[in-house]
Amino acid sequence: MEAFLNNIDRVVDGFSWTVRLALLSALFSFILGVLLTAMRVSPVPLLRGLSTAYVEGVRSTPLTLVLLFCGLGLNSALGIFLSDTVAWDVFWWAVIGLSAYTSCFVSESLRAGINTIPLGQVEAARSLGLTFTQNLRLIVLPQALRTVVAPLGSVLIALTKNTTVASVAGLGVQEASSEMKLMFDRGIAPVLPTFVGFALGFLVLTLPMGYFFSWLSKRVAVVR
Amino acid sequence: MSTQSSVLFDAPGPRARARNKVYTVITLILFAIGLMVVYLGFNDTLRKPELSLFSAEAWAVNPEGEWTADKWEPFLRPETWTYYVIPGLRNTLTAALTASVLAIVFGLVFGIGRLSDRWWIRVPAGAVVEFFRGIPLLILIFFTMALPIVADQLFDIAPGTFQVTALAAVVTGLTLYNGSVLAEVFRAGILAVPKGQSEAAKAIGMTRAQNMWLILVPQAVSAMMPAIVAQLVVLLKDSALGYIVAFPEMLRSFTLLATRENNVIPAAIVCAAIYIVINLSLSRFAIWLERRNANRGRASVRPADAEDGPEGADTTTGPAGTVAVEPTVQEPLPDTAREDSDGDDDGNPKKRP
Repeated sequence: MEAFLNNIDRVVDGFSWTVRLALLSALFSFILGVLLTAMRVSPVPLLRGLSTAYVEGVRSTPLTLVLLFCGLGLNSALGIFLSDTVAWDVFWWAVIGLSAYTSCFVSESLRAGINTIPLGQVEAARSLGLTFTQNLRLIVLPQALRTVVAPLGSVLIALTKNTTVASVAGLGVQEASSEMKLMFDRGIAPVLPTFVGFALGFLVLTLPMGYFFSWLSKRVAVVR
Repeated sequence: MSTQSSVLFDAPGPRARARNKVYTVITLILFAIGLMVVYLGFNDTLRKPELSLFSAEAWAVNPEGEWTADKWEPFLRPETWTYYVIPGLRNTLTAALTASVLAIVFGLVFGIGRLSDRWWIRVPAGAVVEFFRGIPLLILIFFTMALPIVADQLFDIAPGTFQVTALAAVVTGLTLYNGSVLAEVFRAGILAVPKGQSEAAKAIGMTRAQNMWLILVPQAVSAMMPAIVAQLVVLLKDSALGYIVAFPEMLRSFTLLATRENNVIPAAIVCAAIYIVINLSLSRFAIWLERRNANRGRASVRPADAEDGPEGADTTTGPAGTVAVEPTVQEPLPDTAREDSDGDDDGNPKKRP
């Protein structure tokens, strides 16, 4: 355990990348997810079709493949760079891949939330003369967001755990799991304490998130 | 989906139809621009500033780009499929199927364990489930791969005494993680079985084990079948993590192929297509199961309401529209059944033909 604690700066550094990946991807995937949902319920059939195709397609692709495509394909093979330093370049590609993947799950949760809104709400809004965008912005999304707080929390937890895949070849973001692998392989610290330490680190991130979102979902629940 | 989306906006009038057409055209233009960027980007001509966008040269298939026939031609050769894709697919399916069976067993054991009356079963089972659910699958796989080192460090077992293959590591990781998720699914399913079922089982003298295995588990499994299949789709997708520990599954065979043929982008597209076909069919299967359950559920509660059933057509509801005008009084139906039968949401009774 001592050898592990002596290298605590490595661990902290790894988790700092994990947290940065998770926060930025959460932000972008939320924005993209809301956009995809709005397209999915819009009056324009083409928008609906595009959104459905994107969500169904990317959702059925393994995250490893999505990130490999970003890393080996777009970054290495096509040579598109997002930053001058390698560490940040791969970081931003990982954020793009994670956001593209996670937005599908955000969109699916939001759509499920929209389905729970009583018909009368939307009918009342329509009879007041609200347009589609007003309806979505003022009536539907605020209620839908409240009902999907808990599912969105699960999506965020899954995203936090999924950031580990960003250590994949072609990207190699130095986040927590790749630090752990490094410490295993170089014999920096005994394997078991290292594993327990990193596992606890992830639990420290994910468990409070779970409690917070279940508290929040009760706090903002719509009384019907 | 279609009913939900049509609720957010009225049936479009002439102005709304015109506006929607404008939006459609705008979307089409944006979509076309997007496609062009992808085409030119993969064609490797977008980064050549000396080429004008309107020159034929920029649009011709670039032999150094990703659309050149050389990069797609490998997928027409049978060896590609027999040497790379099919063995990879077989490994993916082996890992996924083995892990599915083990995860279901793990899930049943720990899901039921969490419901035990004895705290020394309930608490450890809960801790195990929460632990494996809360940590990333990848670090679990890394740890399993490193087990020989652990044995060396803790028990002085010489390195090389035993090896953990990549397949074993992937299957272990997938089993523990998905098994823990399935344990929660089973637990929720068992808790959702109506209380009367257990009480009836007790009343006819069944033991606790009989009650669990003969009454609760079968009903929970059938009710939770869609959720179980959805989790198995996740498991199949996660098996691609085997790529990271060099397990020769489908993704890895495609990257090997891509390295040999230097066609990363075409290989990624074909690989994604295969995954999408497999996973979408499994998801459709889950949705079909859900519908079937819903249909069965409704049929058992209100048999008269089953409009798609052979006996439902001519009893009380009759052909759509007739009930709303002329409520027959053969059987008192709940109000919802009558509203359903009109089905066009306009609030007006339909004209008799």
